[in-house]
Amino acid sequence: MAEVSINQARKFYGTFEAVKGIDVDVADGEFVVLVGPSGCGKSTLLRMIAGLEDVSGGEIAIAKTVVNDLPPKDRGIAMVFQNYALYPHMSVRANMSYSLRLKRVPKPEINERVNRAAAILGLDDLLDRHPKQLSGGQRQRVAMGRAIVREPKVFLFDEPLSNLDAALRVQMRSEIKALHQRLGTTIIYVTHDQVEAMTMADKIVVMRDGEIEQIGEPLDLYDHPANRFVAGFIGSPAMNFMQGTVDDGVFRTSDGVEMARVGSSEATTLGVRPEHLALSDEGVPLTVEMIEPTGAETQVAGKIGSQPIVGVFRERISAWPGDMLHVRLDHEHVHLFDPGGLRVARSRSSAD
Amino acid sequence: MSSDNRPSAGVPIGAVGKHAVLIFFTALSIVPVLMILVNSFKSRRAIFSDPVAFPGPETFSLIGYHTVFVRSNFMDYYVNSLTVTVVSLVLILILATMIAFALAEYEFTGNKLLAMFFLLGIILPVRLGSVSMLQLMVSLKLVNTLAALICVYTAMGMPLAVFILTQFMRQVPREIKDAARIDGANEYRVFLLTLPTIRPAIATVAILTMIPVWNDLWFPLILAPAPETQTVTLGAASFLGQFLSDWNAVLAALSLSAGPILALYLIFSRQFLSGLTAGAVK
Ligand SMILES: Nc1ncnc2c1ncn2[C@@H]1O[C@H](COP(=O)(O)OP(=O)(O)O)[C@@H](O)[C@H]1O
Ligand SMILES: [Mg+2]
Repeated sequence: MAEVSINQARKFYGTFEAVKGIDVDVADGEFVVLVGPSGCGKSTLLRMIAGLEDVSGGEIAIAKTVVNDLPPKDRGIAMVFQNYALYPHMSVRANMSYSLRLKRVPKPEINERVNRAAAILGLDDLLDRHPKQLSGGQRQRVAMGRAIVREPKVFLFDEPLSNLDAALRVQMRSEIKALHQRLGTTIIYVTHDQVEAMTMADKIVVMRDGEIEQIGEPLDLYDHPANRFVAGFIGSPAMNFMQGTVDDGVFRTSDGVEMARVGSSEATTLGVRPEHLALSDEGVPLTVEMIEPTGAETQVAGKIGSQPIVGVFRERISAWPGDMLHVRLDHEHVHLFDPGGLRVARSRSSAD
Repeated sequence: MSSDNRPSAGVPIGAVGKHAVLIFFTALSIVPVLMILVNSFKSRRAIFSDPVAFPGPETFSLIGYHTVFVRSNFMDYYVNSLTVTVVSLVLILILATMIAFALAEYEFTGNKLLAMFFLLGIILPVRLGSVSMLQLMVSLKLVNTLAALICVYTAMGMPLAVFILTQFMRQVPREIKDAARIDGANEYRVFLLTLPTIRPAIATVAILTMIPVWNDLWFPLILAPAPETQTVTLGAASFLGQFLSDWNAVLAALSLSAGPILALYLIFSRQFLSGLTAGAVK
């Protein structure tokens, strides 16, 4: 049983508030990803959970025990860092067994636990090497091995894949997911990469400027972003936002282009994902500026009126910069935001 | 063949210039040492008649070394010098690494002030305090003991050592220390874990602090001039008056005194080569 509950957690650096009263509940065995732009306080929050930063306010509990005043080693956590942070002068085996040796665990048990972790991660042949003799991916695996050996209640990951190249990142992503399914341990994982968040998480916490913007399951955030920030952050290529007003149940851009029927609404921003635009013979006129075919789909960048828009289509399109296409907005997938950026619910009548 | 990227036979002009400068400065520092060594194996007359010549069958003489070993307590001086240098060095390294760790790692009131205080020690020449140091040693009854020298040299070497090591300690990735704390290491162990990552800096500090200590003439002269506490430098200097400036002995003593310091230098400089931090963090 190792749920983590964070209650009004705050962190001040001097007068600067890096974490502004955050509430998160992580269920036992859950894979939670903290995601947000660089500098939003993800690492700070994670380090507070680990006990590496003092908590300026609020409460952090692991397995129902408040841990605010416990040192890191007594919190039942293990952490994996972006830059691996291996002990350079120790072999892989010594790196992995360090915590157990400090705890004076009997030698045979140490060996057994190290060997088991090494087998899980495919490190068996590397146990006698030193960190400098390993590749980036292998080093990150050793860092994970060092965490596994401690048999923690909660794993904390701080951007563990950011230093790896793209191909390795995808591979390690699935390895970490498989590891989670195998061990069933609670994981709190920090990343600035929304793709990582979407593919790995049971639950995503989107943060900005020390505050939580939204908590939810990946597809929940994709389908029902609570505000413009989350809408723009989740999904790639990013959601298009058109400025305009609603008149007679119709959203018109500031250039007067009729976008979609949305019902009566206070909305001043209409959001639509590139993949939710469809080509049609008539509809919203789109002036093409650039076409990028990837084979499976075609990405079109252009303008509706004077506002930029990106569309992704399954069809192959033969058009040139300057040409005019017509697109239809899938009204199921139109998002509306008020002037403050908050999501505006659409009235039912908009569906007709 | 064209993929062979070794330098081609035709060396560019720039490289010639660089090498000329390097060779010049190398010669500038090696030639005097070589002269001392060469002349220490010659008879007194040969030293003066042709100082640049190598010892030949007629001019070869070990009289200098004979004087040094038979007519003075040179082995005792050797032991004294080694004791003072090694003990001071060990003390400096232990204390300075710990101070540097504290200054770099912990935020406490007075942290900056303390760092400035050590910086001040680099700027002020320690010899300015010679008189009061002598008075202090007299009242501590430490005059004519090696302990007096060790105390002074440890204090003397500390500021620069702390300064350099603090800079390097700051560069130790904090994640290594964090990982160790999570793994259950107490602060002493965290400290010990940082040492391998700054090994080259420690070696640099060792060399920088040990050479002035070994070569120093001033403090042995005023704090420990007694025959049983004399150091090599002081012993060598004593040949300058004691035997009507016995140049053979002086040169022999100087040649001999370079040995241990050279050995220590070789030991420490090897640490530069092993880039041990590689692989610790990205
Ligand atoms: N030790 C510190 N002292 C002062 N400010 C800090 C410190 N650590 C982090 N910050 C600030 O707190 C904010 C959040 O940092 P961090 O949690 O590292 O962001 P990220 O989401 O990129 O991991 C940033 O604005 C950063 O500048
Ligand atoms: Mg971070």
